Amino acid sequence: MARGIKDKVAILGMGCSKFGERWDSGAEELMLESYKECLADAGIDAKQLNAAWFSTAIDEVHVGKSGIPLSTTLRLPNIPVTHVENMCASGTEAFRGACYAVASGAADFALALGVEKLKDTGYGGLPGGRGGPLQALWSANGTAPGNFAQLATAYMTAHNVSADDLKKAIGHVSWKSHQNGAKNPKAHLQKAVEMDTILNAPMIASPLGLFDCCGVSDGAAAAIVTTPEIAKSLGKHNIVSVKALQLSVSNGSESGHNSWDGSYFHTTRIASKKAYEEAGIKNPRSEVSMFEVHDCFSVTELVTMEDLHISETGKGWKDVLDGFYDADGKIPCQIDGGLKCFGHPIGASGLRMLYEMYLQFQGRAGARQLKDPRIGMTHNLGGAPRENVSSVAIVGRFE
Amino acid sequence: MVGIVAYGAYVPRLRLQRQAVYDANKWFAAGLRGLAKGERSMANWDEDSITMAVEASRDCLTSHKAEDVRSLYFASTTQPFKDRQNAGVIGTALSIEQNLLASDVGGSMKAGTSALIAGLNASKNGGGPALVAAADKRLARVASSNELNYGDGAAALLCGTENTIANLVGHHSVSMDFVDHFRGDETDFDYGWEERWIRDEGYSKIVPPAIKAALAACKLKGADITHFIMPSLMPAVPKQMAKICGIADGSVRDLLGANLGDTGAAHALVMLVDALEGAKAGDKIMVVAFGQGVDVLVFEVTAENAKLPKRKGVSGWLARRKEEKNYMKFLAFNEMLPIEKGMRAEFDKKTALSVLWRKRDMIYGLVGGKCKVCGTVQFPRSQVCVNPNCHAIDSQDPYAMAGLEANVMSFTADSLTYSPDPPAYYGMITFPEGGRFMADFTDSDKEQVKVGAKMRMTFRIRDNDTMRGGFKRYFWKAAPV
Repeated sequence: MARGIKDKVAILGMGCSKFGERWDSGAEELMLESYKECLADAGIDAKQLNAAWFSTAIDEVHVGKSGIPLSTTLRLPNIPVTHVENMCASGTEAFRGACYAVASGAADFALALGVEKLKDTGYGGLPGGRGGPLQALWSANGTAPGNFAQLATAYMTAHNVSADDLKKAIGHVSWKSHQNGAKNPKAHLQKAVEMDTILNAPMIASPLGLFDCCGVSDGAAAAIVTTPEIAKSLGKHNIVSVKALQLSVSNGSESGHNSWDGSYFHTTRIASKKAYEEAGIKNPRSEVSMFEVHDCFSVTELVTMEDLHISETGKGWKDVLDGFYDADGKIPCQIDGGLKCFGHPIGASGLRMLYEMYLQFQGRAGARQLKDPRIGMTHNLGGAPRENVSSVAIVGRFE
Repeated sequence: MVGIVAYGAYVPRLRLQRQAVYDANKWFAAGLRGLAKGERSMANWDEDSITMAVEASRDCLTSHKAEDVRSLYFASTTQPFKDRQNAGVIGTALSIEQNLLASDVGGSMKAGTSALIAGLNASKNGGGPALVAAADKRLARVASSNELNYGDGAAALLCGTENTIANLVGHHSVSMDFVDHFRGDETDFDYGWEERWIRDEGYSKIVPPAIKAALAACKLKGADITHFIMPSLMPAVPKQMAKICGIADGSVRDLLGANLGDTGAAHALVMLVDALEGAKAGDKIMVVAFGQGVDVLVFEVTAENAKLPKRKGVSGWLARRKEEKNYMKFLAFNEMLPIEKGMRAEFDKKTALSVLWRKRDMIYGLVGGKCKVCGTVQFPRSQVCVNPNCHAIDSQDPYAMAGLEANVMSFTADSLTYSPDPPAYYGMITFPEGGRFMADFTDSDKEQVKVGAKMRMTFRIRDNDTMRGGFKRYFWKAAPV
């Protein structure tokens, strides 16, 4: 294990646009909406930025390639801008780039900004038909719901969980996120939903119904990072520092080797273990105060809580039904509504999760403010259960 | 002596109920009531004459090695490609490319028998085993009798000189431009002349002399024929022809109209396979195909026929059936209904032909790899072994997986993705020998697809690139065993 970057980087400011079906805005307006808030929060001038990382996942339907769209939209002072894409982990990748620049000393102030403008495609859900010319010749005609539905099938098989129990547990995951999202003015969906509505919703990809799937949103989120020392010198209090950033990427063993049973995220287990080590966390179930995980689908969140080593393998569904992850539970998960309700503008999502952590640590989370959170963990999963990128970030009070 | 060495067939799973077709169309064509009984085979949306021919060929090669085949003839009037050898696609799907003469035969309802004659002659002259595959998936206009009479299906016959199950006694052909019907290149549909004229001036005047000439060449009498095979859309005609030629009425084979339908250029061979399935040593089979002339072939069944290892054949595939009463689905599957497919159906299906060529054994042959270092079977074959405890580089030999059974590890029924037959079933399939991949399923129902279910790989259409004139992409899908 390398030395890591624990407490070498502090979040100086953050911003996040309103998420939703932003018919009023293109990617550019969304970028600026998050950037204005972020820059004002950081309290520095744009000219002080040394470098920027710009994340999108499906840029072919909005900004296109390269760092130019960010630089042009924000009129950045001709600094390095790196465009990153790593599926749903893209936002966290932009943050990682900016943090590593600061931790290395290459930059004093680095910007990470993620955006996705998906509601200009003419239809709901993510655009399909991507992949290279070989993939187009053989990979299954699948969608994200269909791929993650199979996580549910395999989980039930591996742990002998009945379809009814699982349906109730994943239903509770979504119910809880809707309860939380109702308290978030920036969330895409701000309405609490009855359990019966969730359980009886139309099937999208069996066994996942409509409420088991997060929608597609437009939005942007941004962070400016610096060192804790510089943050202090600028008179900042309640400093939030980065404890760990880890990423694990599938190498094809899950999708091609018969050793994986389909019921868990191999990468998330690895990334989270490394992150706890980097952050010096021995017992995550008692040390982490809150989670923002990648609940692209309700079952993803359920299984992820096991792979983050919080719930016991095969028992996560019981923790969920016990309310362990509810707003008033032992460890609140998706206190901002999660992807399910805050929304999922892919390139922005990792930064949106950090935004909530940042607000919570600073006591600025309004109606959904938790009591005295110390350590928070975010998690993104891009791809499909059989082949994915899994990123985790641990942030907390700088003490 | 040259003859048939093995046979195989294929019939799509769906059986369109003729009553359902009639019920939908009787307001317009009440006269079709007489045809509103029984069922016809109906190709799934992902089947065409190539995929059906591949299945029939696999059935035929149950007992023989594909790599021994030296020539391959594909007969059809519905070949998916006008220029791109259709037989070559079949050959690649069967993993036979090297040392293979491949040929497409078409243009007539006797294409199947003409291909069989060519295959027998190729084998006879020291050309080695010849595989003759015939398939048709003909379209017919809404509310036409053809719509009710046609069926989709395929047959395959392996010709050779060793261990023949039926020896060729003789054959005779005539060719004359009698146009009972035609399909021009500007349409998908047949245009036919009056049936009474076809019967009286066509069949009655062209077929009997040809049969008599064949019998004479074979030194046989009509009464010697045990099985008389002659496809026709007019069920009385084969009986009339038999009678004229002294062939016993009881020898006239059933046209398989009640539960299959007329499979076009393939039908004479489909009926031949049907006959061979129950034929006894010494039986004499006459096959007659009519279409701008006549082909007549006469076979004598040998004792080897009883020893031929079991395969599905016509009866086996006919037994695998699912009733389909949804006429709208039939129209939609055949692109005869401007159905709202939604924007998700719009994505570009352009095929990189250079990639297809490089990866043809993977895509068309379902050939994976087996690591020489750790023995792990994997799909696709890759340069670095997928086994997390191996990762050897450049260590894999090709490993054919099309014939392996697989198990469902996980699956879903997806209502979001575009499928011509929603919901789309797909899932992770694992091979007991090693290897797995996320595969599309086909011919699948809710009742059959379960975790642990056994699946068989089948060669199917994946996409049709209509933007570029109809380039069909083929790949392997998993179907319940």
